[in-house]
Amino acid sequence: MLPFILKRLGLALLVAFTVSFISFSLLFLSGDPAAALAGETASGEDIEAIRRLYGFDRPMIVQYLEWLFAAVRGDFGESYYFKLPVAGLIAERLQVTMTLGVCGISFALLTAVPLGVAAAVRPNSIIDRVALFLSVAGQAMPSFWFGLILIVVFAIQLGWLPPSGADSWRHFILPTIVLGYYAMPAIMRLTRAGMLEVLNSDFIRTARAKGAGEGRVMFKHALRNAIIPVVSLAAVQMGFMLGGSIVVESVFALHGAGYLAWESIARNDLPTVQALILVFSMFYIVFTFLADVLNAWLDPRMRSS
Amino acid sequence: MMINPLLKTTALVAVAAAAAAPAFADKASNTLNVAFTKELENVDSYFNSSREGVVLQRAVWDGLIYRDPETNEYVGNLAESWEWIDDTTLEFKLREGVTFHNGEPFNADDVVYTVNFVADEQNGVKTQRNVNWMESAEKIDDYTVRIHLKDKFPAAIEFLSGPVSMYPNEYYAEAGPSGMGLKPVGTGPYKVTDVTPGQHFVLEKNENYHDSPKGQPEIENIDIRTIPDVNTQMAELFSGSLDLIWQVPADQAEKLATMDQFTVANESTMRVGYLQMDAAGRSGENPFTDKKVREAVNYAINRQELVDALLKGKSREIYTPCFPSQFGCEEDAATTYEYDPEKAKELLAEAGYPDGFSTPFYAYRDRQYAEAIVSYLNAVGIDTDFKMLQYSALRELNMDGEVPISFQTWGSYSINDASAMVSQFFKHGSLDNTRDDQVLEWLDVADSSTDPQERIEYYTKAIERITEEAFWAPMFSYNTNYVFTDEVAYEPTPDEVLRFTDMSWN
Repeated sequence: MLPFILKRLGLALLVAFTVSFISFSLLFLSGDPAAALAGETASGEDIEAIRRLYGFDRPMIVQYLEWLFAAVRGDFGESYYFKLPVAGLIAERLQVTMTLGVCGISFALLTAVPLGVAAAVRPNSIIDRVALFLSVAGQAMPSFWFGLILIVVFAIQLGWLPPSGADSWRHFILPTIVLGYYAMPAIMRLTRAGMLEVLNSDFIRTARAKGAGEGRVMFKHALRNAIIPVVSLAAVQMGFMLGGSIVVESVFALHGAGYLAWESIARNDLPTVQALILVFSMFYIVFTFLADVLNAWLDPRMRSS
Repeated sequence: MMINPLLKTTALVAVAAAAAAPAFADKASNTLNVAFTKELENVDSYFNSSREGVVLQRAVWDGLIYRDPETNEYVGNLAESWEWIDDTTLEFKLREGVTFHNGEPFNADDVVYTVNFVADEQNGVKTQRNVNWMESAEKIDDYTVRIHLKDKFPAAIEFLSGPVSMYPNEYYAEAGPSGMGLKPVGTGPYKVTDVTPGQHFVLEKNENYHDSPKGQPEIENIDIRTIPDVNTQMAELFSGSLDLIWQVPADQAEKLATMDQFTVANESTMRVGYLQMDAAGRSGENPFTDKKVREAVNYAINRQELVDALLKGKSREIYTPCFPSQFGCEEDAATTYEYDPEKAKELLAEAGYPDGFSTPFYAYRDRQYAEAIVSYLNAVGIDTDFKMLQYSALRELNMDGEVPISFQTWGSYSINDASAMVSQFFKHGSLDNTRDDQVLEWLDVADSSTDPQERIEYYTKAIERITEEAFWAPMFSYNTNYVFTDEVAYEPTPDEVLRFTDMSWN
């Protein structure tokens, strides 16, 4: 097991650095970093002064290697934009994003899995139709729109919840629903499909034949097998939520890591973007790894391989 | 995010208006809640380049001089008086008895430290233009100080009344720009009690504010949050958790104006929208090197229609390569090109393009304006390959001289002097696509003369030539909308700066 983990870890680091090199190059291609840094009000002379000050006039590969050697030592430098250490900036913003991501995926799983099971138990029933409608609506409705509707209803009309901000747990309710709802349809459809397939298989018939109760058949036998692909999907969705909650963070004025990444790209804030990309790619790698472990735990056949 | 803002807005306003509960402003708690749209990088005003930064700078710090935003007259603020010792030396008598928010007394040492710090390019002040005209400062006695200029610079007074504010020497030496950004200390009407970088700024009235021309602050607390989405800002306004928003787009402001509980105030800004054309041929052989083609472009644009249909408010047609309120920006000097598409076609035919021609067309902001402009050009036969770029990407292309025609805007950093615009683009710098020696010569005289009459004379000559040669197609000025609840009393000024000292409760 240990060589396997080490091999995966080495591969993961390689992936992370490849990603960071590509993103570094793309940032240079997307516009003059000195001009972006100087801002729209800057004159040509301002930009030249900044170019010299930050060393943008040197070859790109030199600047990348410089960043890389510092990053390996754990030094992510100072944000060009905020003039603050990148590590502290990201740590602060990640709290919001992590809270939102964990709440979002929990909301999605807690609603989607029961709905998917119910839909599979009675295919083409009313429950199945409602579940289908919800998943189509969830896929079709852009999150900024859904978010605004929730704000109008729950913050303005009913006045139950605050419209935006991150000051208390109540501020996280609406963004959790929006973010979670976006991940819900895929999880639900996969649960339903998995359940349908498993319910028609031989070992379920055997379980039923030996007189197991319907609840035991559903949860011990069927769901445990049907949930395996859902776990992998949920892990990927979790990675997506941590790196891709940009729209939700922007609508609800949550200053999280996703929004920071979006803004930092527009501002050509190289140290911040580089560190964020590293963090996000680590998330994907870690969550995929966790999904494998979970799957192994759920499915003994995978442990041996 | 590729989201149609109109679609969002219309629906939100429709639904919210139907629901409109009475707004609960925070008059009771004496706290004004304000939204910023952009994340401010650093509260230290020498290390940011955004409008939000200017707003905080005016609230937290003071300059030696103050320009009255209504009369444009200069009066003393931290200085009681000033005089030119020679063409490059200014002497100031400082106000006595002023203290910084941390209790440090204000005197000549603070001025000397601040000026010497910001004037040193090594310290990396972000907007160099605001400070790089100063050489150094020298203490004469505790309340007398001299500022030495690098060269003749008549706009010095304007800069000293705007972006150059005075910092406490002992504190700044210790805290530096990052420390100042997190715990700002100034002499201004408001002190900063809390900063979450980019997100949240809390200000409190300075009870010991000196007898400044800015006036005394009335509102006790100002609470500023960054809310990037305009629609969310409006939702906060409806639910009563915001009292004032600004930079509200015209279509939204129009709808909010129909509702009783909000006041919508519109003011012009110094920002001018114009077409820049490659008259110098930096991008190689191109039609815009021909004066007739540039004139045709000027005739093709229906400026009044752009103002009426898109910009609205206090925007107006502009024919000068500067904003008319700026010193030296004489409107009468400019050749005006009334909308005349037929004449534009004739001119194109005379220039050898009876069937028009095609060209890349670049823009970086306000897509809907850019598209309207493109359609005017198409109508007279100029085919355009429309390219919308990030600001920094277009800037890079432009500096490398690869842009035949582009839609540009310039806000002059709210500096009320023609040098802040016309001299930025016509003095053979990296963004000058004209490279006219005659204009350069005149602008050099106007920029460095200390005789106001001579300055006007030479700016006028430059403007006459620039517009007669149709080097640019200036089109319109911008405006901005301020929306606040009926409990707030405020009259915005034309310089796009929120002034908390001018605000009070109704």
